Amino acid sequence: MQNNFLSFVKKESLHILRDSRTMLIVMLIPVVLMVLFGFAISTEVNNIKVAVVAPNRTDAIRKAVTQLAQNDYFSFYGYISNDQVDKKLRSGEVNAVVLFVPDYERRMVDVGSGVSGSPVIQLILDASNVNTAGAASGYLQSILWGPVSQQTLFETRMLFNPQMKSAFNFVPGIMGLIFILVCAMMTSVSIVREKEMGTMEVLLVSPVRPFKIIMAKMIPYFAISCIVLLLILFLAHYLLGVPMSGGVWGILSLSMLYLVLSLSLGLLVSTIAQTQVAALLISAMVMMMPILMLSGMLFPIENLPKFFQVVSTLIPARWYIDAVRKMMIQGVPIAEVWSNCAILFGMTVLLLGVSFKKFNDKLE
Amino acid sequence: MRAFVVLLKKEFLQIRRNSFLPRLIVAFPILVMLIMPLIMTMDVRNVNVVVVDQDLSTISRRIVSHIEASDYFTLIGVTSEFERAMGYLEKGLADVIVQIPDDFERYVANSMAAKISITANAVDATKGSMGMQYLIQTITHTISEVQEELGSTMLSDLVTIQNRFNPTLDYRHYMIPALMIMLFILICGFLPALSIVGEKESGTIEQINVTPVSRLTFILSKLIPYWLIGLFVLTVAMGIARLVYGLSPEGSIGAIYLSAVLFILTISGFSLTVANFSETMQQTMFVMFFFIMVFMLMSGLFTPIDSMPQWAQRFTLVLPPRYFVEILRAVYLKGATPVELWGSYVALGIFAVLFNSLAAVTYKKQI
Amino acid sequence: MNDVVISVRELTKRFGDFIAVNRISFDVPRGEIFGFLGANGAGKTTAMRMLCGLSYPSAGSGTVAGYDIRCESERIKRCIGYMSQRFSLYNDLTVRENMLLFAGIYGLSRREALAGSERMLGKLDFVSEGDTLVGSLPLGWKQKLSFAIATLHSPEVVFLDEPTGGVDPVTRRQFWEMIYEAASQGTTIFVTTHYMDEAEYCSRVSVMVDGEIRALDTPARLKQQYAANSMDEVFRILARGAKRGE
Repeated sequence: MQNNFLSFVKKESLHILRDSRTMLIVMLIPVVLMVLFGFAISTEVNNIKVAVVAPNRTDAIRKAVTQLAQNDYFSFYGYISNDQVDKKLRSGEVNAVVLFVPDYERRMVDVGSGVSGSPVIQLILDASNVNTAGAASGYLQSILWGPVSQQTLFETRMLFNPQMKSAFNFVPGIMGLIFILVCAMMTSVSIVREKEMGTMEVLLVSPVRPFKIIMAKMIPYFAISCIVLLLILFLAHYLLGVPMSGGVWGILSLSMLYLVLSLSLGLLVSTIAQTQVAALLISAMVMMMPILMLSGMLFPIENLPKFFQVVSTLIPARWYIDAVRKMMIQGVPIAEVWSNCAILFGMTVLLLGVSFKKFNDKLE
Repeated sequence: MRAFVVLLKKEFLQIRRNSFLPRLIVAFPILVMLIMPLIMTMDVRNVNVVVVDQDLSTISRRIVSHIEASDYFTLIGVTSEFERAMGYLEKGLADVIVQIPDDFERYVANSMAAKISITANAVDATKGSMGMQYLIQTITHTISEVQEELGSTMLSDLVTIQNRFNPTLDYRHYMIPALMIMLFILICGFLPALSIVGEKESGTIEQINVTPVSRLTFILSKLIPYWLIGLFVLTVAMGIARLVYGLSPEGSIGAIYLSAVLFILTISGFSLTVANFSETMQQTMFVMFFFIMVFMLMSGLFTPIDSMPQWAQRFTLVLPPRYFVEILRAVYLKGATPVELWGSYVALGIFAVLFNSLAAVTYKKQI
Repeated sequence: MNDVVISVRELTKRFGDFIAVNRISFDVPRGEIFGFLGANGAGKTTAMRMLCGLSYPSAGSGTVAGYDIRCESERIKRCIGYMSQRFSLYNDLTVRENMLLFAGIYGLSRREALAGSERMLGKLDFVSEGDTLVGSLPLGWKQKLSFAIATLHSPEVVFLDEPTGGVDPVTRRQFWEMIYEAASQGTTIFVTTHYMDEAEYCSRVSVMVDGEIRALDTPARLKQQYAANSMDEVFRILARGAKRGE
């Protein structure tokens, strides 16, 4: 029987290897996405485009504008006139406008001499983008008042990710998202395809037990996923500079568990879907949404309404991303994320169990 | 013409007969529009804070009580040793540490520079930086209160802030147009490709290829149903945005539909082009999946394009959804007109022509 | 009326180094049932696909219904019917919907299409099955339906690629009756098969081996020439030296 099993694994591997185009696509996609997103995506707000309205361009205003232009958070759009404000904001050419009152200089002298002042600056923000508006108002005020107040009230530190490089934050999230989707797509499609073409029946009448047929299908895909995993970790470390201080072996073993889980999820999809189209729609489209939204990749779990926090506990990617973040960035060893590992393990066992049961039920 | 009509009818029949598609087309937009805005919020809540109070003064107590009273924060504890607070942070019990130094009150009273240090766990960057911003705001507020009581000018009095287009700073308003775009990308991106590759795999496309039907007729009959479905989805999504979230477009409906038509043309043409280049359904789907991920994560839907590195910003110029995101947000929230956004409209138009011609050219009846 | 409907000279198709069809030449007159025989992989389907305009010839020339297969393939498509090896009607449409679809594609007006499909349903004895989804029909019925649809627009030539594969003997018999009827009305039939008993029904047969045509004549004369009792024997003699195939 063992021999039989091996010949099945060989058959599946040949299938995959022969279709070199598909294999190349499967291996390239996660890697390219990883690198692209790792470098490009950032939730941090910078390059806020600011225009200035200043009827009299006095020295004080010029100085403030220079400081603005030199700041990394802003790019200075230029001086505009009062009636252009609305148009520039609406077309998105600028994100914020700073309006100085005409007698700005004189009024600031009053402020300096303790005469309580009325507003001298107006900030008009494009609040259609809430994040940019919030950041712009904060940063602009700190720059504009910097020279006046001579107070630095805050000293801030971001631990574990000091430069706030988003790559750090996004690598675990992207790994969590890509692995589960790609693996689920691969397995579900390859099984449903055999169902559609009728070759599954041929396999099922053979003396090999269904359990082994399924395992034989999953092993080559698991191997491919492992190669992709290694590539991604390598790139994350050497190209993006992710520290992985919690131990590579821990990250590797947890990720491999996650791969098995994702493949099992694909298996489950294949027992539900009758056609390749349905399998693909379920595993690429329907599953993408909750994973993108509820895994903590883009939106912190704590911010979710209570109900969705509960729902999010059902999403494997949430546990995986959380654990990998801790291990990769914070440097926590795998022992300290044992609860995440246990949950993922439990989910894997459950998924495998349910899909084998469903698979067998179909046969009878 | 007759051939076109019967082919079109056939596509609709096939969509209707499919056990999965009609449900997907109706249920997916409704679910996404109802559920996602609840999830997509950047308001950070429940940030766990530990205060290291080394001043033990009236002002430091006031800061602590303000933090405790705020919805944003959960006060985990007050301690006098930084190491203990750090211990909390490392165990994941606290997200942010606020350290108020000795003599802080005296400095504030004399308008001298004093430093409060804030340490955030940035493993979750969004939460870390947002939590920090809120803390700074809360503490600044407390301090200005004290300063005002002491009789000096509050700097915050000197500036007025106007939040144009979204005065309540509702994050949902920002995300709802993005959700609509996401729906388009998924529905009009995946489905046409699936339908054409499905015909390839079942062999029916060959039966069509031996008929005198022209390439354009066939491609159009494939595309038009999805254009209509896309517009249907847009209408449903706009209805929900209005009824459930009270968000109606500031700009003209016509401007929205015009951009939507251009975008649907682009993305469905793109989808067919990919399908024409692929041999199997699996390949099509993987390649589409790749592009859809790039479209969703790099077009400014969730994260700002302006914060990307230069090369990536330049790269986004070839992503059609980028322009649609710009248009839809500007028209929906800011009431911009097509004339003001002409550049983006033209870009979308060019993409629409390009991808649809590519789809028609790469569809080969003959090998 | 003995004009030539299909005429092929030195037709060749290469896929890289592999020569699928090697310089074949033949003529088929109107109304003939032309049998195109050959083992699996002999190049029958490739040759047929070139004639239907699905595949572009690497060398050689040919005309179908008077049009050049190189540059007038879209015109050819108006005058031919095609039934592929794989069943390729829409499984998720009903029998009637499939008929109306293809009638419409060939430019029949709605009224003509309706009348034509009802006539066809009657002839096939399918009236009660008109609204059944094609996917749920048994294979033999599907094949008859495919043939009916391939001839719905009264084409000059019908190409049939192994039309009776996997079909029971009774249905095969009926199927050939349909072919005869079409031929008697002046439709030229170009059929590939590897059932040698079917070869006996053809007006003339050609035997393809390794991409080349090894023999072409009426079944009776071929049997005489190779001193064989049946086409089966003829075929075995010819295919003995084949290098390709399974």
